[in-house]
Amino acid sequence: MTELLARFAPGLHEWLTLCAVLYAIGLYGLLTRRNAIAILMAVEIMLNAAALNAVVFNRFVTPNEIDGHIMAIFVIVMAAAEIVVGMAIVVSLYRLRASVDVNQMNSMKG
Amino acid sequence: MQHAWLIPALPLISFAVTGLFISPMSKRAAGVVATLSIVAAAVCAYALAWEYFTAYPAGHDHPALVPWSYEWLRYQPGLTVNVGVLVDPISVLLMIVVTTVSALVHIYSNAYMHGEYGFGRYFTFLNLFTFSMLGLVVAPNIIQMYVCWELVGVSSFLLIGFYYSKPSAVAASKKAFIVTRFADLGFLVGVILLSYWGFKLYPDWTTQVGAAQNGLSHVQPVDFAYLNHPAFLEQFAGLGATFIGINLLTLAMVLVYMGAAGKSAMFPLHIWLPDAMEGPTPVSALIHAATMVVAGVYLVARLFPAFAFSGTALMVVACVGAFTSLFAAVIGTTQDDIKRVLAFSTLSQLGYMMLALGVSTADHAMGYTASMFHLFTHAFFKALLFLGAGAVIHAVHTNSIWEMGGLRKKMPITHITFLIATLAISGIWPFAGFFSKDEILASALGNGHTFIFGVAMLVAGLTAFYMFRIYFVTFWGPHRTHGADHAHEAPALMWMPMAFLAILSAVTGFVPMGQYVSMGEHEAHHGVNLAIAIPATLVALLGIGVAAFLYIGDGSRATTLAARLGVIYQAIKQKFYFDELYLFVTHKIIFRNIARPIAWFDKKVVDGGVDASGWITRTSGLLLSYLQTGQVQTYGLWFTGGIAFVVLVLWAALV
Repeated sequence: MTELLARFAPGLHEWLTLCAVLYAIGLYGLLTRRNAIAILMAVEIMLNAAALNAVVFNRFVTPNEIDGHIMAIFVIVMAAAEIVVGMAIVVSLYRLRASVDVNQMNSMKG
Repeated sequence: MQHAWLIPALPLISFAVTGLFISPMSKRAAGVVATLSIVAAAVCAYALAWEYFTAYPAGHDHPALVPWSYEWLRYQPGLTVNVGVLVDPISVLLMIVVTTVSALVHIYSNAYMHGEYGFGRYFTFLNLFTFSMLGLVVAPNIIQMYVCWELVGVSSFLLIGFYYSKPSAVAASKKAFIVTRFADLGFLVGVILLSYWGFKLYPDWTTQVGAAQNGLSHVQPVDFAYLNHPAFLEQFAGLGATFIGINLLTLAMVLVYMGAAGKSAMFPLHIWLPDAMEGPTPVSALIHAATMVVAGVYLVARLFPAFAFSGTALMVVACVGAFTSLFAAVIGTTQDDIKRVLAFSTLSQLGYMMLALGVSTADHAMGYTASMFHLFTHAFFKALLFLGAGAVIHAVHTNSIWEMGGLRKKMPITHITFLIATLAISGIWPFAGFFSKDEILASALGNGHTFIFGVAMLVAGLTAFYMFRIYFVTFWGPHRTHGADHAHEAPALMWMPMAFLAILSAVTGFVPMGQYVSMGEHEAHHGVNLAIAIPATLVALLGIGVAAFLYIGDGSRATTLAARLGVIYQAIKQKFYFDELYLFVTHKIIFRNIARPIAWFDKKVVDGGVDASGWITRTSGLLLSYLQTGQVQTYGLWFTGGIAFVVLVLWAALV
């Protein structure tokens, strides 16, 4: 069983594909969702894709170092901070406009 | 004498103070302050004249002094333009004339302009004019002369257009300004020519005349002392360079003369002066009779050695002067507007002065003295004629002599003073005009210009005729209108300056001008030359006789004569259609064929190009603004797409 699993164990390519797919999903969400909270979630997905990328490269390129892990932890911390700020903005926006639909946030239109 | 700068400075200070502070507060005070400043300047001028002619008494050499000067522009070592005060016989003479007439006109104006709208503005401009004229007179170099020359033009423009709500006054002021400006273009080119070559030849000159030893080291290349110096003139005239076959000196002097002819309204630039009579009458007396219009004569006199060195230029001066004097006198005989007759008379007398300068030579410069003499006497009697005309107009409220008549009884003082001035201009002994005219005639004949002498003689007769024509029509005969019937004598503030001028017109002829103003070696003052004086007086008496025959009474003889002359009379009355000719040339030829295509080019091509660039910017901005949707997601899409594109390009390029 373990051997079977080892034979099908994902390599660098598979992991990177997973990262790219995650990133693409996040980007798609970022560009198409109309709900501000959903956009924040999409951003989280993209950040996680980047963090995963760091871990994957750490694992396959320099297995004895922990640089990639530290980078991933940094990304998680930063993402937490970002979501706090982002949610605060969304809440105050909701209070102001009674809506979180980004299509209505177009007062900078030229 | 080191305080001579006060003479132009007083009117300048008064101009600024009156215009900025006093005039907005009190109109009366503006008039008083302006008048007092000019009176003070006149006193300074008399003191200066006294001091100068005591230091250098009659019959001796009269050096040109520069008691005060200030470095104004320093271009490079050896080329500096100073502002200063030049004191020599003709500048002293002009200072006296300008300050005297100006002071009297200021006094007169206090009464004449009483209650007019713009009383304070009027005195401000009058002060500005007096300052500019004095600055011109005392100029020790040609640059200061040119600057003040233009200032004089501006103040003349402002004063002709004083009644700016009247379209004819506006048109007249524009006409005067444009015509004189056009002439000044020639003057400017002349100044540039003179100062360019003056500067180039300056180092040679300083070594040649030993400027350092002879105390001439302060002389700058633009100073009259240098430009009139024989050594410089010889070098300049001797230059091989010519322009279309004309010697450079002659060319420069003719161009300078063009400016002088514009200011002194010589033919064919005479057209502005009669129209300039739209200004208030005291202005006509001061600017367009006694002072500004003689600036041209003064310029020629100031540069007389240079003109004399180029005989051709002087010949141009003489011929133009003689022609103008005859031409204007002929027109003067037919005009109905009293001020216009006086304007044409001024033209004629200016032509006389120019003629006198033109017939002189460096060796026999009696005409130079005669011209300055006539300038001196003419200023007084012509100012008086204008002030008298002003008093009459003030009383009758019309300019046309045919609506006056019989004013002899109503306005006795005006009548007497006007008569004195008329006798003076006609050249009747013992009034001032007799002596100066005699000297001009003698100088023309003495230098062998018989034809010009004949013209001058004819003009003397015509002058007497047209002056007595307006005198008889205005002061004799019946009261032709209601206005003339109810005329009253001018107030004291008006007749007192007139009386003063009348005294001057009567006595200034006895000034021994030749002792004070002369050029080259001293010629003995000829006194009255009977061989010339008797025919001249006879001609003048003939003119008076004809005028009396035609115009005393109802004037029916004159009407018959005019009808007999028919077309000729009409042509003269319409001033030989010169205004129409100029209008034709400017409107039909210059405007239509040159100005209009240029205007089209300016509007369509130049302005069109500017408009097009603006339109392109606006439109492209408008189109690009659609890209800015305000949606951050759209920007993100562009951003992502752009990165994808760049990656693809890099990939294609690198792999």
